[in-house]
Amino acid sequence: MKMKLATALTALLVAAPAMADLVVPNLSYRTGPYGANGTQYADGFNDYFTLLNERDGGIGGEKIQTPECETAYNTEKGVECYEATKGNGALVYNPLSTGITYQLIPKVSADKIVLYTPGYGRTSAKNGKVFEWVFNAPANYWDGASVAVKYLLDQSGGDLKGKKVALVYHNSAYGKEPIRTLQDLSKKHGFTLTELPIDPPGQEQKSQWLQIRRDKPDYVVMWGWGVMNQTAIQEAANIRFPMENFIGIWWSGSEVDVLPVGEAANGYKSLTFNGVGTDYPVYDDMKKFVIEPGKASQGGQFVGSALYSRGMYAAVVIAEAIKKAQELAGTPAINPTQLRDGFEALDITPDRLKEIGLPDFGPEIKMSCDNHGGSGMARLQQWDAAAKQWKLITEFTAPDQDVLNPLIAADSEAFAAEAGIKPRC
Amino acid sequence: MIYREAGDFKTSYRDDGQTFPIRLDRWSYYAALAVAFLVVPFFIDSYWANAVLVPFLIYAIAAIGLNILTGYAGQVSLGTGGFMAVGAYAVYKLMTAFPGVPIFVHILLAGLITAVVGMLFGLPSLRIKGFYLAVATLAAQFFLVWLFNKVPWFYNYSASGQITAPERTFLGWAVTGPATSASAKYLTCLVFAVALAWVARNLTRGTVGRKWMAIRDMDIAAEIIGVNPLSAKLSAFAVSSFFVGIAGALLFAVYLGAAEASEAFGINKSFLVLFMVIIGGLGSIFGSFAGAAFLVLLPVFLKNVLVARLGWPTDLAAHLELMIVGALIIFFLIVEPHGLARLWRLTKEKLRLWPFPH
Repeated sequence: MKMKLATALTALLVAAPAMADLVVPNLSYRTGPYGANGTQYADGFNDYFTLLNERDGGIGGEKIQTPECETAYNTEKGVECYEATKGNGALVYNPLSTGITYQLIPKVSADKIVLYTPGYGRTSAKNGKVFEWVFNAPANYWDGASVAVKYLLDQSGGDLKGKKVALVYHNSAYGKEPIRTLQDLSKKHGFTLTELPIDPPGQEQKSQWLQIRRDKPDYVVMWGWGVMNQTAIQEAANIRFPMENFIGIWWSGSEVDVLPVGEAANGYKSLTFNGVGTDYPVYDDMKKFVIEPGKASQGGQFVGSALYSRGMYAAVVIAEAIKKAQELAGTPAINPTQLRDGFEALDITPDRLKEIGLPDFGPEIKMSCDNHGGSGMARLQQWDAAAKQWKLITEFTAPDQDVLNPLIAADSEAFAAEAGIKPRC
Repeated sequence: MIYREAGDFKTSYRDDGQTFPIRLDRWSYYAALAVAFLVVPFFIDSYWANAVLVPFLIYAIAAIGLNILTGYAGQVSLGTGGFMAVGAYAVYKLMTAFPGVPIFVHILLAGLITAVVGMLFGLPSLRIKGFYLAVATLAAQFFLVWLFNKVPWFYNYSASGQITAPERTFLGWAVTGPATSASAKYLTCLVFAVALAWVARNLTRGTVGRKWMAIRDMDIAAEIIGVNPLSAKLSAFAVSSFFVGIAGALLFAVYLGAAEASEAFGINKSFLVLFMVIIGGLGSIFGSFAGAAFLVLLPVFLKNVLVARLGWPTDLAAHLELMIVGALIIFFLIVEPHGLARLWRLTKEKLRLWPFPH
């Protein structure tokens, strides 16, 4: 009896049994201070794979499974989720957390599993020579910083000399990522940069905004996530900071960030690398195969939102890479190594996006053995509080690669030296 | 019936004073050690190591450390997370600065560095007590995390402020870094946990431990009978921080592999370890292990039951998990305010008399 109980308990402590199919674990978070944002992303991610399964019978005839695991944006739970899911033949991870990404980079390199971190994670992972298993296309944080500064240059007639830019950032690996680039860009363009860290989760930022009120910067750039975003936008509204001079990174530009602030958030801008809204042909199929039969993740209440679209976009890129890998390997049942080759040969052209039903949804993505980050192009969107929607206000803009490439080379070489990695390609 | 004590005679004071005076207890202890060292390493897989046993052992070390300070010496501390961060950043700086030195030496040195820092922040305990001391240690928590975020030297000027453990070996076996096998991780933590628990047990029943307990029970009376509060309090802070520092070093280097100060060593960590000590039982080594097991294993267990077995949505399961753990904490504290260790002791006493209670 005791033995039986012990075996039963043991069985309950270990993870679910192995599965056939192609497994793309969804390390999501639907709880905690980042849950409002994480939920929408996870829904978009799930729904696109559900669509492929329902409409096309998977990819190349192989169904896709997206076993979900709750991380609560916490690195220890992230490790637990990774260990729990990796044994089931996981092909690729997308943890939506820069902190968890840093944990997983050494682990996936040892276990030889792909890590795809679109628009987050370690920027220098763009260098495929050092980071064999990590991909961060279409854009990374340094691209974002550069595109934001380019936009500010446009706004101030091509000259930022003597201007003041304040960076409000989440005091974590995520928020600190752009600092180095912004410092270099401030030297290049002659603006002064003030760095204002906000301790996670970020509900408390009165003193930082008091400082902004005193210093009167011309522009405020924000690297925020979760509850920090809406608090910052509310504080900006409270000190009557002009919203059109306030630019968030793509993670600070979703509906949940601006809606609580109401009218006062009108004109707030953010970067983005994907389209938003349901005006894309893919949503016809989505409605028919996923939403109406009731198969949408968590009831489909966020379909078309900025983060839902970004989660779906991540799924699109992974699906395309799987397809490419199947072509290259000549078999539908691919392994992670073949998927890595698929990612490295990935070429998502505007025509291909149109075929998928998402015309002009994201930038062109072309990766290779040494470029794991794509073109880095991003665009800006602006919040229209009356219509309650995001409006795209610029075309896709390329970042200043002259500044970024040396930084990426330096950071990835430092990592290679520390971890003893020999550059490939 | 279960505890057969017939014929178990003690003929010397030494026998009478041993940690496990009952023969059956002693044998089960040796058996548990033998299984942990000789059987488990051959069967452990990376899920069991990384999600269950390694965090359990590391938190047990931290809980013993805090138990020495709070349970034995009576000094309330909310700075555990900060001291764990000191251990983690110390081992990181040592690992990267002296790659040739064995990692075990670095982990011990990290513990010693934390002990020095702990003594420094223990100085206010000479003047203030109770809640006021808790606030002073809270300041240590925030100051240390702020320091490791602010000064780039601590994270070797990396772009994001993250520290990542490079691969280090011991006798040819990788102990840190991604290539570490599950059994190497487990054995490293097990060696430290067993050795430190043994040290803690022997410290707390000797002169030093008696001084700590005298200070805890009534510091003025202790001073009158000749206990020096300065040395007793500071030694408690030093030993406690040594344990906590080693736990932090293992947490970063062996368990997580990468960390950032505010996320991995925030105030939540201080509370987590404090809860382990309170639920496990103040002033008990066994209680530290029991508390760590309760708060590390239970959430993983619940998650696997609710999500993997019953197939519930992950967010619902996560919320329920919080509620169940919270309810159980309240339940245990109502049923037995002195923690799981006391519960275990009562059970044992009942079992010794069973089936003829009086």
